[in-house]
Amino acid sequence: MTINPKAKLEETQDGTVVYNFDPLIVKSHYEIDYVHSYAQDSEFFKALGRKEILGSKCKKCGYIYATPRGHCMECGSETEWYKLPNEGKIHAYTTCYFGGEAFLNETPFHLVLVEFEGVDSLFMSRIIGVDTEDLYIGMPIRAKFRRNLKLNPTDVYFVPKA
Amino acid sequence: MKNKGQDVYMISGGVTKFTKASPEADFRLRTKKAFDYALNDVGMTLKDIDGSVASYFSDHFQRQLMSGIMAQDYLGLTPKPSKRVEGGGATGGLSFQAGVEEVASGRMNTCVVYGFETMSHVNTWKGNEFIALASDTNFDYPIGGFYTGYYAMMATRHMHEFGTTVEQLAKVSVKNHGNALHNPYAQSPMKITVEDVRNSPMVSYPLTRLDVCAMSDGAAVAVLANEEKAFELCDNPVLIKGIGTGTDTMRLADRPHGKVILLPNESESDYKNLKYPGIHSFRAGRSAAKEAYLSAGITDPLEELDIVELHDAYTSSEIQTYEDLGLCKYGEGGHFVEEGKADLKGKVAVNPSGGLLACGHPVGATGIMQAVFMFWQLQRTIKKHFKDETLQINNAKRGLIHSHAGTGTYVTATVMEAVK
Repeated sequence: MTINPKAKLEETQDGTVVYNFDPLIVKSHYEIDYVHSYAQDSEFFKALGRKEILGSKCKKCGYIYATPRGHCMECGSETEWYKLPNEGKIHAYTTCYFGGEAFLNETPFHLVLVEFEGVDSLFMSRIIGVDTEDLYIGMPIRAKFRRNLKLNPTDVYFVPKA
Repeated sequence: MKNKGQDVYMISGGVTKFTKASPEADFRLRTKKAFDYALNDVGMTLKDIDGSVASYFSDHFQRQLMSGIMAQDYLGLTPKPSKRVEGGGATGGLSFQAGVEEVASGRMNTCVVYGFETMSHVNTWKGNEFIALASDTNFDYPIGGFYTGYYAMMATRHMHEFGTTVEQLAKVSVKNHGNALHNPYAQSPMKITVEDVRNSPMVSYPLTRLDVCAMSDGAAVAVLANEEKAFELCDNPVLIKGIGTGTDTMRLADRPHGKVILLPNESESDYKNLKYPGIHSFRAGRSAAKEAYLSAGITDPLEELDIVELHDAYTSSEIQTYEDLGLCKYGEGGHFVEEGKADLKGKVAVNPSGGLLACGHPVGATGIMQAVFMFWQLQRTIKKHFKDETLQINNAKRGLIHSHAGTGTYVTATVMEAVK
């Protein structure tokens, strides 16, 4: 047991960043590392290292997803992995000149939704090696893969088909 | 709808002026101001309120969890029943409908729905990052998570599918910013031209700065009541005639390419070659409209609605939404605005308030703001509340408010009707 009436908080030099005094506006810092599990989507990310894009196919109704999901939205059944072709076409596109803070230093960049022959849904990705005015819906494009993986969906990206 | 429960009326509302940043008041005080305005307008006190619904989108913006109970506490509503409802951009619309359900079910005779968002505590680009976390963080966000980018892709597809032009998109911006010149609550009233819109900085091709709504601080409050309480407390209540809610896949990439969900005034032959919804249309918006029209008994929306306040976070999404709501056929949205049909004195006034583009979009408050503006329109009290009657739609009898989340993941449609 301690009873110390002279107890005193240690002074620090941290201080606070103040933006305004009326009203009082101060800086409040926050950051965090998440332990993010890809869970049932894990195989997709691993396959990118083998230069494969894995979609999924419903075991029951045969619906094929370009962006994989463990269960079918049409019938609720389990899906299996389905290897997508490495070539597709642009279904829609844009060029982002601004973005979320995490991506601002990458602007401008192009986003595309890719359609694959015989596949029922689309796949979102980036395309490089083109200017906005070169992009058009229906443009044939080809997948490329990073050699050194980031283990996120940017490990695959697209370029115009030669 | 199997059972609509008892009739629900809106009896009062309040909104704070939406601004880029209002650091002099926090969300509790801002909500309190809108709340007091609403209560004073009908002479209500706290004892007249049975419970509430709290509407706000993101805990990230202020790094404050349980903001709902903090507002409930500040308003003096504890220990009455309350809950928070959240559904991205549609948070306000969903919360309003949750309030309607509280009264329709008979659980409450009166229910207050309050909404707020404080977006100014982070910079615009961090805010965009937070909003982008409302996309699939395994597959969508890491590609360059940016909602304007997602909507821009829908816009390029809509242009490809239907021949919609960037000038038609710009006309939505000109209309809504122009309407807001007469709305004292609006954040960005502007008299602008199509050229101004096209010449403003490109955000995500084809959407420029003036095609996109802004971040805001704001609060809005709606008071709902059953018939007995409504006419006891208010001499001019507005009936909630019908509600509808639709949903769609989180990922834009997963949207099916099937058949159009038809409204009563459409037939399959209207859409022989259209793959639906794809990414050009919002199946959730169409589903919400279909349910709302069924419960409100509407069979020809363009003829039976006088005003629509819809979720124009982007000019392109206003055009897409004309079509989802059946104000025109799919593919005709660009012409609809071009021909002036959505103007203040057009066939149906769409976003007479200025919409999200001009009023701002403090997410949790937005859908409730729409309810308040629609309520004042149908009460014909715009002059009283705006100190300007320019925006009052004469003889307005019936209106629809539309709230929209994600890339069209949750969408609500609520039909309101003048009683007097």
